[in-house]
Amino acid sequence: MHELAITVIGPDRTGIVADVAEALAEVGANLTDSTMTRLRGHFAMTLICTGAGVEAASLALEPLDGVTTTVREVSQADAATNGEPWVVSVHGADRLGIVAAVARVVAAEGGNITDLSTRLTGTLYVLIAEIDLPAGASEELAERLAVAGAELGVEVTLRPAESELL
Amino acid sequence: MTEGRVRPVVTAPAAVLSTVGAEVDPTSPEVVQLAADLVATMRVSPGCVGLAAPQVGVGVQVFAVDVTGHPKAVTTHGAFVLCNAKIVEASRWKAGREGCMSVPDLTGDVKRAGRVMVEAVAPGTGEPVTLSTDAFEARALQHEIDHCAGKLFLDRVAGAHAIYQRRVYL
Repeated sequence: MHELAITVIGPDRTGIVADVAEALAEVGANLTDSTMTRLRGHFAMTLICTGAGVEAASLALEPLDGVTTTVREVSQADAATNGEPWVVSVHGADRLGIVAAVARVVAAEGGNITDLSTRLTGTLYVLIAEIDLPAGASEELAERLAVAGAELGVEVTLRPAESELL
Repeated sequence: MTEGRVRPVVTAPAAVLSTVGAEVDPTSPEVVQLAADLVATMRVSPGCVGLAAPQVGVGVQVFAVDVTGHPKAVTTHGAFVLCNAKIVEASRWKAGREGCMSVPDLTGDVKRAGRVMVEAVAPGTGEPVTLSTDAFEARALQHEIDHCAGKLFLDRVAGAHAIYQRRVYL
């Protein structure tokens, strides 16, 4: 089955989620996984839908006020994850290339970033990444991250993600 | 009694906040003055329940805590200063939201022990202190002991969506 991958971006205002969800519901598009946040006042939403075609969904979203939307068809992806969950924290003085350097080191060790958020507040840059890491790769990754962190002049921590099942 | 002076609080990304603090001689006049200054600075900072030496730019293992009257506190020991503190027992881990005067714009969800035993020495006398506490006071102690080890709560947040922009109430 095909799914639609939709992005909605624009200056934040009250009611964007309601507008988007309503427009999609009207053309029979069923929201499955979605995420929405505000990035420095910009509304940013990414969602996966089923049950509607690209054209219908695009037409439904087009009239929305003040937002840029994209709609594309994607084939169903494998949601399974491999490896062990870890968390990387990076903080330090803002400079160009922190995310690039850290992400490259993670990728080189076979780590897949599954969730990422970064914040710039004043001159402080903060990056928190959740990664899936092949078993046994953490020690080497920690060493390489320490080297990259020293080069960037930032603090880097790698630790196992805590997951509690109740 | 040494009179405390209010010192300016440094914020991340200051290097001192990421440097492992040195152990101190608790009986030295500098440490006694620092202890008084930490309490004085904590007192004038609204909502501040703890302050560590690195936060006033001094990379040593000294911190002040006072969670008196805090709604999440259970056991409280009033205002106190500890030097060279170590956690010797920790249990009942629980996530909670934390902020920090040195990271003024962010808060984060951090897992901390809800019960700790801390061994330290008192400033001035240098007498050994063993302190057992729980709930919010335990969290404050772990946060301050982290500062003395060059760690911020950012090094312990639970995940990518566990940091938050601090609310600005106008």
